[in-house]
Amino acid sequence: MKLDDLLKNTGEWLRGSGPDSDVVVSTRIRLARNLADFPFSNRASPLQKGEIESLLRERLLRIDNGTRFSYVQVHSLNHLDRQFLVERQLISREHAASEGQRGVAIEPQESRSVMINEEDHLRLQVLRSGLALEEAWQEIDRLDDLIEQRVNYAFSEEFGYLTACPTNVGTGMRASVMLHLPALQMTRQLEKVFRALQKINLAVRGLYGEGTRASGDFYQISNQVTLGKSEADILREIREVIPQIIDYERKARAALLRESRPTILDRVYRAYGTLRSATLMTSDETIDLLSCVRLGINLHLIEDLTIPAVNELFLLTQPAHLQKLQGVVMEPEERNAARANFLRHRLNKN
Amino acid sequence: MKCQRCSRQATLHITEILDDQSFEELHLCEECAQKYLQPQTGSPKGPEAESEPDELAVLNQRQCPQCGIKFAEFRSSGRLGCPHDYEAFRAELLPLLENIHGETRHIGKTPRRQPRAQQIRAELLALRKQLQTAVSRENYEEAARIRDQIRRLEEV
Repeated sequence: MKLDDLLKNTGEWLRGSGPDSDVVVSTRIRLARNLADFPFSNRASPLQKGEIESLLRERLLRIDNGTRFSYVQVHSLNHLDRQFLVERQLISREHAASEGQRGVAIEPQESRSVMINEEDHLRLQVLRSGLALEEAWQEIDRLDDLIEQRVNYAFSEEFGYLTACPTNVGTGMRASVMLHLPALQMTRQLEKVFRALQKINLAVRGLYGEGTRASGDFYQISNQVTLGKSEADILREIREVIPQIIDYERKARAALLRESRPTILDRVYRAYGTLRSATLMTSDETIDLLSCVRLGINLHLIEDLTIPAVNELFLLTQPAHLQKLQGVVMEPEERNAARANFLRHRLNKN
Repeated sequence: MKCQRCSRQATLHITEILDDQSFEELHLCEECAQKYLQPQTGSPKGPEAESEPDELAVLNQRQCPQCGIKFAEFRSSGRLGCPHDYEAFRAELLPLLENIHGETRHIGKTPRRQPRAQQIRAELLALRKQLQTAVSRENYEEAARIRDQIRRLEEV
């Protein structure tokens, strides 16, 4: 597969539509699975890892689910291409950085992908735009069944799907919903919301998962518990809490407009203005300013820009995407100039 | 009710779950219950403090016969070596799983290739739990529906 083909699109999940997409960016479910007859990836010898990879690659490529998977051997990619896949949420940062034979199978729309030889032999993923837990579950459940017909999963009646880390054992499922919460952040109500979530065993993470900074006011809400609850129960717990957070965020947005209109207008237009005229721009600053612009569109303060267009900018201004678009490898300072240039061009078209 | 171990009034009622199907009920007075619930201790003088380092050392050296990982390696990395470790270190993992998940038994999806009987057992476990939740939420209509489902499955 040629990675550059991916560059022409942004992936189905970023299209910016779907239910409650003013607050919910995307829904993601992943399943951890392992083969019964091999050590887990971290304990497997290089030879065994090779065997696992070629066996799973061959089985995955045979699956015809309407569309077919393309396959990328991650170990033979250079640093830039690995980073590119991380930015598109197709592989984890750990998968990009680890060693040995490993890969990822990607469906053309990028809504389904499977990592091979990450922490577990298989990490299935389904990504959807907006709030779509049920649809995402049905899709990943079906994919899981298709894979299971072809391989022998490590499963015990007592502990469920056996995983390298005991925090994933049982369903092996992590369901997460990515939310954009700029108004709760501005009105300093986030802490309160997160404390309430932690009480019911839901985790809050930043944009790129575990241990990452919540840049651009994006937060992932996901389940912690994987054992002793059915998939339906886990999904229900998340589904029950998300509408409340959406409601809080919308109320906070309305309150901002009502009570601090001049301040919020200034922040939104200042962000938009900076993006359209700056000549050096780091990726962190870009994310923060785009977050403000995204809020401005949802508040109808900015009319000449759409959510899908902003989503695309979030992705295309990330370091690896920017370099692939320009077709050259650049140092961080060169990137800042190229990024600002790219943004000016995109935002001053009209 | 009298204590089953002495003649005092029984104040604590303990249900020991032996496996899925059977359980044992105990009715004990406070003192006997405390004795019963305390782990069996061998030597009279503070056995834990003395034997713990030894036990820990022995435990750390325990090895999975299939992948060869030692329990100490799992403790330091947090990652197991192979699927068989869940059997090899079962006793040590149970309290850990309880700690992480609050539960130690899977009730979710079962591979379709799994024998039908096993699938049904898993479904029954999940349904019984749902029944409990429904009853505790006083959702009796839902509870009745789940109960019927359980009956149907039990007949299979």
